[in-house]
Amino acid sequence: MELFETWALTLIVFLPLAGALLIGIIPKTNEMALKGTGLLVAVAAFVVSLGVIAQFDFSGLPYNTYQFEVDLPWIGAINANYHLGVDGISLPLLVLSTFVMVLAVIYSWNHWEEPHNPKTFLILMLILATGLNGTFLALDLVLFFIFFEVVLLPMYFMIGIWGDRSPRKIPGYGREVQTRLYAAIKFFLFTLFGSAFMLLGFLALYFQSGESGERTFSIPQLTDLGASGAFTGRFAFLVFLAMFLGFAVKVPMWPLHTWLPDAHTAAPTVGSVLLAAIMLKLGSYGFIRISLPILPEEAASWAPAIAILAVIGIIYGSLACLAQTDMKRLIAFSSVGHMGFVMLGIATMTDVGINAAIIGMVAHGLITGLLFFLAGSMSHRYHTREMSRLGGNMKLMPVMGGILAFTAMASLGLPGLAGFWGEFMSLIGAYNPLEGLSLGVFRTAMVLGAIGTVLTAAYMLYLLQQVNLGEPGEEWQGHEFRDVDRFEMTAWVPLIVLIVVIGFYPKVIFNATTDSVVSLVDMIFNSETVASLGSGG
Amino acid sequence: MSRLQILATEAEHAVEAGVTGGFWVDTAGIMLVLPLVAFLLILAVGKRMKYHGAEIAIGALAINSLWGTVLFVMNMTEGVLAQKTFEIARIGSDLVFELGWAVDGLSIMMYFLVNVVGLIVFIYAVGYMKDDIRVDWFFAAFSLFAGSMLILVGAPNLIQLIIGWEGVGLASYFLIGFYWEDMANVNAGNKAFMVNKIADVGLILGAIILGLAIGTFDFFDMSTAAFDHSEPLGAVAVVGGALLFFGAMGKSAQFPLHIWLPDAMAGPTPVSALMHAATMVTAGVYLMGRVFPLFEYLASDVRPWMVAIGAITLFAIGLLALVADDIKKVLAYSTVSQLGYMMTAMAAGGYTAGLFHLFTHAFFKALLFLGAGAVIHAVHSNNMSDMGGLRKAMPRTYWTFVVGSLSLAGILPLAGFWSKDEILVALGMEGYTAVMWIGIAGAFVTAFYMTRAVALTFHGDYKGHGHPHEAPAIMTVPLVALAIPSILFGFFNVPGWEIPGIGNFSEWLAVRVVPMGDEHSEAIDLVLAGSGLFAALLGIALGWMVWGKDRATQAERDRFEVPALYPLLRNKYYVDDLADGITAGTMGPVARFVNWVNDYVIDSIVNGAAFLTKSLGSFVYGVVDQRGVDGVVHGLGAGADGAGSALRKLQTGRIQQYAAGFVGGALALIVLFVFVI
Repeated sequence: MELFETWALTLIVFLPLAGALLIGIIPKTNEMALKGTGLLVAVAAFVVSLGVIAQFDFSGLPYNTYQFEVDLPWIGAINANYHLGVDGISLPLLVLSTFVMVLAVIYSWNHWEEPHNPKTFLILMLILATGLNGTFLALDLVLFFIFFEVVLLPMYFMIGIWGDRSPRKIPGYGREVQTRLYAAIKFFLFTLFGSAFMLLGFLALYFQSGESGERTFSIPQLTDLGASGAFTGRFAFLVFLAMFLGFAVKVPMWPLHTWLPDAHTAAPTVGSVLLAAIMLKLGSYGFIRISLPILPEEAASWAPAIAILAVIGIIYGSLACLAQTDMKRLIAFSSVGHMGFVMLGIATMTDVGINAAIIGMVAHGLITGLLFFLAGSMSHRYHTREMSRLGGNMKLMPVMGGILAFTAMASLGLPGLAGFWGEFMSLIGAYNPLEGLSLGVFRTAMVLGAIGTVLTAAYMLYLLQQVNLGEPGEEWQGHEFRDVDRFEMTAWVPLIVLIVVIGFYPKVIFNATTDSVVSLVDMIFNSETVASLGSGG
Repeated sequence: MSRLQILATEAEHAVEAGVTGGFWVDTAGIMLVLPLVAFLLILAVGKRMKYHGAEIAIGALAINSLWGTVLFVMNMTEGVLAQKTFEIARIGSDLVFELGWAVDGLSIMMYFLVNVVGLIVFIYAVGYMKDDIRVDWFFAAFSLFAGSMLILVGAPNLIQLIIGWEGVGLASYFLIGFYWEDMANVNAGNKAFMVNKIADVGLILGAIILGLAIGTFDFFDMSTAAFDHSEPLGAVAVVGGALLFFGAMGKSAQFPLHIWLPDAMAGPTPVSALMHAATMVTAGVYLMGRVFPLFEYLASDVRPWMVAIGAITLFAIGLLALVADDIKKVLAYSTVSQLGYMMTAMAAGGYTAGLFHLFTHAFFKALLFLGAGAVIHAVHSNNMSDMGGLRKAMPRTYWTFVVGSLSLAGILPLAGFWSKDEILVALGMEGYTAVMWIGIAGAFVTAFYMTRAVALTFHGDYKGHGHPHEAPAIMTVPLVALAIPSILFGFFNVPGWEIPGIGNFSEWLAVRVVPMGDEHSEAIDLVLAGSGLFAALLGIALGWMVWGKDRATQAERDRFEVPALYPLLRNKYYVDDLADGITAGTMGPVARFVNWVNDYVIDSIVNGAAFLTKSLGSFVYGVVDQRGVDGVVHGLGAGADGAGSALRKLQTGRIQQYAAGFVGGALALIVLFVFVI
């Protein structure tokens, strides 16, 4: 058991990378071996993460204590360590990541987009997995940054190589470009833009963390420093701003979101799924793991601004959805709205709100991931994503249509399905935000957020009406469509089951998160902090 | 003093209920689960079964009806009060979410109603849907409805109620749009979903505000807290109460959120009968009953407004039934109007009155819809202008329809008379005299339009095509099964009289955690009862004078519509047009505007920045690298050319160079940070 304790997290992070290397030496022609290796590695990482759940101590350890911790010296000169650990907040996200990766590999089994090449694609997926899992586990800012950035490259290539080849007119410009190229570059630049600032913020924290020789990148140590009030004033403001830019781009928060619809629309199906299901969570996770604990006072003074941006995102994203004609782009925009609820939850700075954010992230991962699977499979069959050409899908592919209807309902936050809790509890949190925060702002946010749920329903019904219902168009007459195949079914059924289970029994998530979050809020917003908030503004 | 009545003191709420546990109570949750299991089973195997899964759906409701009936009888004789819950989430120490089932007078009444009426309608539906499409999906969605409705009425707290509430809304959406090949039906489903979703904003915000203020979402605890005044809530309770009422207005189709219900008639008729008449639409009234102590003890300021909305609904929407030609629309407007009665009563403080009308209405309105369904089945049209004279061909349907109509009209001694009278009495006793007279006028209108419907459908000459036949037994037996309670169940609550040994309806409802403080009469108020009955008889008489005579042509019929009100009524007071105008006039343009902002404003900043950076890059590259003179020319040229030419390069393959250069640069940066720092 000792051995498992020390090696589990490292395995989860680096098994996929090892798998990528292994796939690298398997000949391209042996597709079966390539896919088998990919699946094996993804399943192995998932199984280890289940082992972590089995061994996890759910007894309510105080915040800033981590389990399965590994802490080894790495770059001595700057005191950066190879430091991994998991707690109640990262556990659900870690398992989400390893879980969705398995489904993605299963799905891609016979869904290869042009130019095919499973070998390279699998390698990219597995590198991506290492980056994603690593980000959720890193407890050292340098390590966090590297994993955060590692994610970029494979996604860049996925979009750029396997992405949508159709021409896209860039609004405001006369010329058309290939969608995938525009989207890939935009995605890369945007995120890099954000993370450059984030890195500056990390470095600033490092230099402020102590005298030369005692400086640290360690997140737990910086959290302790932050809780004791080490970072304040203009310094804290600038650092928070820098990290905010990094995380907000990734979430994405309005108005830094415009890379997302393009990237999602252009990406190959599996790319979209991983992007939506896991990658977007890196940003909101960064807020919870780094920004809040290390700079609590600053976070509290940013909270109203974050709440306002979040609510703009909810309303704006939903309205934009209503104007879409491209099914995949609609689903992409829906992420802006859903992640708005996540950020609203975080902005309340309460245990309820942060719990809401975490379950919202998991739910969004499952639901929007599934939506992108569906959108991919449908455009694969129809060779179009234009909703005006679709319609009557229930007639052509009833099972696919049924799953789409289910997922759309989950996405609009139907109570009893996973999406409800994040939205509902964000609103609860916004009614009673952290003491000292402006009730006016947050209660307005609550009302607007609730109105946002109406708009969400509107665009999801619009999607169903356009795609699923009515008579199929003339052009599909006599066309034989293959309904959901077994690989799709295998990849989707677990998602469906989880969406229902979490919907009726959210404790499966809260069991892990509640104690950590409650103690996090206790620790960083103790009475002193709150008092200084009240007086200092 | 009945032995069932609540003995509540200020100190503690001792409740004298004979049963607080035992087999039937502990297993009552099975009712909430079975239909959902049926839903999944039908989806899985329905297609392969002889009756397309109707067997499963009916089996589930038959078992449920056993539980519902046993609990109903136990509550009559001994009183049942219990609650079973289990935790599904806990955040910190304050916020707890639970699921479970409440068993008290109110929920037992609904368990009985939903299961028994549901079972009857399900059996009828086997005949009605016999040669229809997607029968398996029909019964699956119908079971989903039944399960969600039971989750709703069994809910021990607001959270579970919301889950059931949205569940029935979902089933309603599915079944209104059951014939989704036709976009008109899809739109009707969308309209229902969206109107309800708007109302749900009120429900959800109200739940949050009240739940946090009182410190619990649990109905029993909320009631107790409200009764104790243990939480000085003030304005919060009023705002929260008003928001909850707004939510109830959506589901229970109160003016002006009633607009979805007539459109909902696009669904198959059994759906209209069970969901959009007997049970689902009463969920709002039920909610008012559940949180009644809140309005009684904390938020009574909202009451006059609620009464006003109910009164408008019961009278103004009832008038619309006078001009409808579609028989289902007549019944739909009638349902809205009757929901108005119930809501008015609940709002005024007539707890027993509102819920008793909910109870009796479920039977006779389901009966009327099923009768209408039998007629529609026979003549293949919804329009009364295609009917007429059907009493000879369809005697069983005719007589049961007449029973339902008389009961709805409030004719002594049928069920509708007693429950409507109870409402009038409650309105009078609570001091809403003017509204009471509106209620009496409404009784006249009700009787008039039902007479018109009966006359146009069953009397005069047949105007349709083909030869209509009486419905098969599987459809007529349910009609009879509903006609009997439509006649008899009024005797459950005759003022001042108790059924020997089992008491009366108001006592059964009185099995609850706190007193509701509602007033109901101890003896029949002969003047009021007489006025109501007179209004109804007058309505029938006048209705028969106008419509009893056969009028062959539409033009001839039209002359007898109320001329002055005619355009207003035919256009449904323009409320639908207004709502359509608002949504179509704002949502579309706003959404397109936002999208435009996204693509042309925000994104232009992004693209512009990228372009500038790239121009700068090209410039630097050109100057540094002598071999790149061409690049300088191009780069500068691009600058002059404007945005377009930069993107042209993207197309001409140069993108790879840029991408490679960019990726190389980024990698170098990463390497720099990782290994050099």
